[in-house]
Amino acid sequence: MYRYKQADQRLVEDRVAQFRDQMTRFLDGRLGEDEFRPLRLQNGLYVQRHAPMLRVAIPYGTLAAYQLRKLADIARRFDRGYGHFTTRSNIQFNWVRLEEAPDILAELATVQMHAIQTSGNCIRNITTDPFAGVAADELFDPRPYCEIVRQWSTLAPEFLFLPRKFKIAFAGGAEDRAAVRFHDIGALARVADDGRIGFEIFVSGGLGRTPMVGRSMRDFLPREELLNYFEAILRVYNRHGRRDNKYKARIKILVKDLTLEGFTREVEDEWAWTRGGPGCISDATFREMEAFFARHDYAPAAADDPGYRAALAGSRAFARWVERNVLAHREPGYAVVTLSLKKTGVPPGDATAEQMDGVAELAERFSAGEIRVSHEQNLVLPHVARRDLPALWEGARALGMATPNIGLLTDLVCCPGGDFCSLANARSIPVAAAIQQRFDDLDYLFDLGPLELNMSGCVNACGHHHIGHIGILGVDKNNEEWYQVTLGGREGSQAALGRVIGPSFAAGQIPDVIAHLLEVYVGVRHQGEPFIDALERVGLDAFKARVYGGAA
Amino acid sequence: MSTLIRHGKVADDHWQWIEGDVPRVVERLEAGEHLVLPLAVWSAHRARLDPLRASVWLGPDDVPETLLPWLAGIPLVAIHFPVFTDGRGYSVAHLLRRRHGYTGELRAVGDVLVDQLALMAQCGIDSFRLRADQPPAAALAALAGGLRSPWPGSVVP
Repeated sequence: MYRYKQADQRLVEDRVAQFRDQMTRFLDGRLGEDEFRPLRLQNGLYVQRHAPMLRVAIPYGTLAAYQLRKLADIARRFDRGYGHFTTRSNIQFNWVRLEEAPDILAELATVQMHAIQTSGNCIRNITTDPFAGVAADELFDPRPYCEIVRQWSTLAPEFLFLPRKFKIAFAGGAEDRAAVRFHDIGALARVADDGRIGFEIFVSGGLGRTPMVGRSMRDFLPREELLNYFEAILRVYNRHGRRDNKYKARIKILVKDLTLEGFTREVEDEWAWTRGGPGCISDATFREMEAFFARHDYAPAAADDPGYRAALAGSRAFARWVERNVLAHREPGYAVVTLSLKKTGVPPGDATAEQMDGVAELAERFSAGEIRVSHEQNLVLPHVARRDLPALWEGARALGMATPNIGLLTDLVCCPGGDFCSLANARSIPVAAAIQQRFDDLDYLFDLGPLELNMSGCVNACGHHHIGHIGILGVDKNNEEWYQVTLGGREGSQAALGRVIGPSFAAGQIPDVIAHLLEVYVGVRHQGEPFIDALERVGLDAFKARVYGGAA
Repeated sequence: MSTLIRHGKVADDHWQWIEGDVPRVVERLEAGEHLVLPLAVWSAHRARLDPLRASVWLGPDDVPETLLPWLAGIPLVAIHFPVFTDGRGYSVAHLLRRRHGYTGELRAVGDVLVDQLALMAQCGIDSFRLRADQPPAAALAALAGGLRSPWPGSVVP
């Protein structure tokens, strides 16, 4: 993991003092509400339905055990004993007090954390694959590049008042687990034929009101040019992005207006000024950054541990958990474990302070003290010896985090919705709970196989409903909550946006609608064919007909 | 009355701000006034202007590259921030100062607030016409103690 240098630590401490002063001036009336708003947003502080919400940055989803303990401590002392992990691998505290926000930031600074640029019209938290550095299929570890871009984008003076928010994601290989095609900039690892390291650059992806799949604007960007090129993109966007209408202010609209070719030409002209210049990243910097993340300290562990094998044979529940929640690690003898935050009856992504402390302890015992947050709102222990899996499973079960549902229907992604968020048109958590309750039978879930369901409480799409195989969007019709269903969204290399199947439904109808969709799937699928593939093969009509009874 | 801060100190200002296409620009300059002109007016009269008395301001839509052939001789370029959330001026400042090597006075005018001064300075702006309600002491403190990106490459001289 990256360790803060003096300059990083001083920055987070100075930031606390700066924000404390701004908060004081706001509370005593010297700083107006309009002037305070962007300052508080750039420190992650929203004013919400019931209470202010503080969104804390978890850079590229990586946490140390001591940091997770601090989050638990904050949840207890400043919130109602829990936090919500988001689809951009941050954590939100939904019940903080405005005037206490500087104190929370001060607590975060003691563990090298902050809330800088988790909101506002600026470059947001950098995200990546939760399995970065341990996935067997990775070309190279994207985290050193995430860290470089994190440092560069933090308080980048030219880019703190962009037309709109700006999100960047990195993925380390062909299998894109970071949804790079749904970010303002997505960078996908590439190794050229001559061995040079670089990235394919996607631009203008995003969800929200105007969902778009990102487009490839450059096949191969050599890694040393990363910041020069990003700066060129940001500068073109900052100068020319629309500022007259916030719904048309994202970079995707600029790219659409200029066409991809026109936009790319502007960026390449801008890049020509800096290409090969002093903004290039040096080999020494890459080596220094890589050293933070490289791990050579894996104790030898047998790939075929007898205790582990006995547990697999002896417990169907354990075997099921391994099947769904445990992934191959690039070191034989090790595994990557996902702890489910999707237990039935618990809002997706929520974790209590006790769970956070418990996970911190499990991470220290079994995973070199490291935790990852996935954009599917689960927690990941990335370095677990296979022989430790039975003990880890027991520990996770005790915390209620061993639901064997990763990648299955009930591992659904969901925003906080109308219960908390002042933007939402409809509640999402009760609908998620109803779906989880209806489809709680593990045999049925395992039989259905991989299936992604995403739900958002409004068009801002924090629940990423457009990329769910099944997507649910809360809409408002005459002050009533209704839910629109989309089918066929997916992330990864075959990224696609879901299509609306027809008129929307009342909340109570949604579990039946899902049941009907699944019935059609089970009827048409070939042996071993996942839901999304069957859907793409047979098309939407059969699904629509079952749901609407031919009336749509 | 709004304060001018130049090179880290409260300073007197002998420049007069000209908003639109006012009459008698050339005559006023010849009479000894120092005027900061909109880019369009400056461009229209450029050939007849005394560069020591006529300077120019850029709005966020103006193309700063227009000034390039004459940049070295212009004593003051002002960048107008119509609202503090409009960040285009930061890029304009960066381009003039860092890319095109402008060495004269680069001034922020308009909705210029204490909490953004350090960012402006990091983009190369070295004088600030504060919005009228902004306290000069706080502005000086903000400029002296600004936060910086931890990335060494982005630290400006």
